[in-house]
Amino acid sequence: MRAINIKPNRGWHVLLACIPFLLVLVAYAIGSSLRLAENPNDKLLPGFGAIAEAVKQYAFTEDARTGLYLMWSDTVASLARLLSALAISAVIALFFGIFIGMLPLARSTFGPFFAVASMVPPLALLPILFIVMGLGEASKIALIVIGTALKLIRDIALRVQEIPREQIIKAQTLGASTWQIATRVITPQVLPRMLDALRLEIGPAWLFLIAAEAIAADSGLGYRIFLVRRYLSMDVIIPYVIWITILAFVMDMALRWVQGRAFPWFAGARAS
Amino acid sequence: MKGIVFDKVWKEYGDHVVLEQINLEIAPRAFVALVGPSGCGKTTFLRMLLGEDTPTRGAILVDGRPLKPEPDSDRGVVFQRYSVFPHLTVVQNVMVGREFEKSRLLGRLFGQSRKAAHDEAMQLLSAVGLEGHENKYPASLSGGMQQRLALAQALNRRPKILLLDEPFGALDPGIRSDIHVLIRRIWNENDLTVVMVTHDLSEAFRLGTRVIAFERQRNRPEEQERYGATLTGDLPTPAPPLGATITRDFDVWPPKIASPLPNAEPAPQPTNGKNDSALH
Repeated sequence: MRAINIKPNRGWHVLLACIPFLLVLVAYAIGSSLRLAENPNDKLLPGFGAIAEAVKQYAFTEDARTGLYLMWSDTVASLARLLSALAISAVIALFFGIFIGMLPLARSTFGPFFAVASMVPPLALLPILFIVMGLGEASKIALIVIGTALKLIRDIALRVQEIPREQIIKAQTLGASTWQIATRVITPQVLPRMLDALRLEIGPAWLFLIAAEAIAADSGLGYRIFLVRRYLSMDVIIPYVIWITILAFVMDMALRWVQGRAFPWFAGARAS
Repeated sequence: MKGIVFDKVWKEYGDHVVLEQINLEIAPRAFVALVGPSGCGKTTFLRMLLGEDTPTRGAILVDGRPLKPEPDSDRGVVFQRYSVFPHLTVVQNVMVGREFEKSRLLGRLFGQSRKAAHDEAMQLLSAVGLEGHENKYPASLSGGMQQRLALAQALNRRPKILLLDEPFGALDPGIRSDIHVLIRRIWNENDLTVVMVTHDLSEAFRLGTRVIAFERQRNRPEEQERYGATLTGDLPTPAPPLGATITRDFDVWPPKIASPLPNAEPAPQPTNGKNDSALH
């Protein structure tokens, strides 16, 4: 039988999906044990025991100095920044994206501006943000907003323009005003598509968050891994990185779940 | 003057003449079928009637008044595809026209007025045979059902003119003949002038009271850009036409006459007085 016709059943699917993860784990275990055999104090590839110890220390033991469970307080600090920034970004992008995508006048006015502005590397703006807004939460949130909103705006504007012309004409023949077309025809159809765009922006959002936290912060997941880097604490960095990855993955799943629940029509409309 | 009048209408895109010298009167309650090869300008003709496009020269009058230069609720439309809103259920798709009309700010009705709009939509849905499907989304309807829905939606604002852009072109033959019965009934029971673009000649003759053919008159490829479509046939053409135009225009025989509407003066018999008997 040809390879293209062999389809794994459900059990095989799960099993096959586990293989790459297991391979990475095994490769790490081998590398770690080889290095530790040579030098029991090696810090680069700590054993699973050392990592578990560090997790216990950071996640389940009160910090002696602050009385906090550091991993959780870092998570709360980072997620507060990330989620508020993504929410602000989504609202801005929805407004401007629909405005630009829908109205030729707005497209002429703002289209080229956003096309140019979205080419500015957001990280290069970070010093400006720190100078103007200070080192507090505002500058970190602003960085994420700038880094994600401009791309979201362009994406949403394109999605709006993809809505078939026939629907816009049809709405007009039903007597809809521009405002009514925006609120009842375009926005509800763009919302689920915006969730797709937002899912793609989760990665960049984490990138900007960690960059901002690495440079100036007193809490947060990015702050912590850059802090312990000074002591080559791979036993802390590795679980933090895995934790960040899990958080990002869960956010992605959550957005997909919301899309399916809140917009039951969307799967069928996309398929046809 | 009653009905739709095209008065020396030309449509050009730059050098490219799409339609030229269209002179046409369409009587109220006529069912006009536009036929012709692809690229002959029948869709452009419909777009102008819809207000989506404006003539380069000439004027289009409806009941003696110039046509608004944008689509509006006096003209309903059904396209071949994408005619209904995928994010609204079947009944919401029909109601939405009333909501646009009655609720300028929110575009939504509540309470009593919502119930009235809902009941009205349900009546239309049962008239087009979609009873029992009112809470489905359009994506789960078949092509024929989607077009029935599009008809119900278009009729909800009670337009005087219904424009159909190859509405049944994508349907299977059996489903198509069912929906032909429906559109005949709709035309018969409402104060409606129908203009339908179609590829299908038998459909044009079965449904239309009048068939109009668009064609380019000359075919020298190097000059094709300068030819639009025009109305030809027995129309006096003052100058040799450059673009596509109407080449045939005749009433279908035997004549179909829309039944008189209750509480309305008898509908004028749609005719343009140019029977081309050779084609019957």
